[in-house]
Amino acid sequence: MKLAEIKEILQCEVLTGEEDLQIDIYQVVASDGMSEILAFAKSKELMITGLTNIQSIRTADIAGVSAVLYCRGKKPDKKVIEFAKQKRIPVLVTPMVMFDICGILYNKGLKGVS
Amino acid sequence: MAAELLRESFEIQGRNYDKAGEVSGEIKVMLRDLGIEAASLRRLVIVAFEAEMNVVMYARRGTMTLILTDEDVNLEVRDEGPGIPDIELAFREGYSTASDEMREMGFGFGMGLSNMKKNSDELTVESEVGKGTQVFAKIKLNSNA
Repeated sequence: MKLAEIKEILQCEVLTGEEDLQIDIYQVVASDGMSEILAFAKSKELMITGLTNIQSIRTADIAGVSAVLYCRGKKPDKKVIEFAKQKRIPVLVTPMVMFDICGILYNKGLKGVS
Repeated sequence: MAAELLRESFEIQGRNYDKAGEVSGEIKVMLRDLGIEAASLRRLVIVAFEAEMNVVMYARRGTMTLILTDEDVNLEVRDEGPGIPDIELAFREGYSTASDEMREMGFGFGMGLSNMKKNSDELTVESEVGKGTQVFAKIKLNSNA
């Protein structure tokens, strides 16, 4: 599924990476625990989290995920978005909660990483 | 005997959450630019990042030394901190001594050391309570790289 499609389905705002919305997303890793993201991400996934500090983007960079989606409308500081831009990681935010996001994407055919 | 190609040390500041992870990010860029293949690089930076976070969360300061040879990448992390009283227990998934502050940062869920073990070919942790902890990790480079 294209990231652009996920953006539409989940009514996302794009905080950075508008030019990269055509990337393909095959799997999802969702957690507020950064070690869980690091343990399960195999690279190239969409990372969904409610944690909006600088560590979320550092973890995304280290784990090699393709894009970050913040849930429940939480927006990070400008410096966090700036850092994601520098690492070329698209960042989106949706007003939806984690449970609903995962349910919707699962129904659309995306699977989690385990 | 493997030939050493590169050795570089980085300082890690304890409790500095803003900078936490910077060293691992720097190591990632450095090794990627050297052409280290992606799978080994990914394992190495996960080990480095978890180790760095542990130093930031628990220790006053630490040093991470990266040693690249023609066969493997090695990390030596030495910190001045409280040490680990029971290393075997610390490796158990889910076991954590993290504070609320650490958990708010997204860490301290009891997976750090097991993540490091999973991504290393060799991992040794030595610790002296009240003095500090030393971690040695080896990640083999793929021979077909």
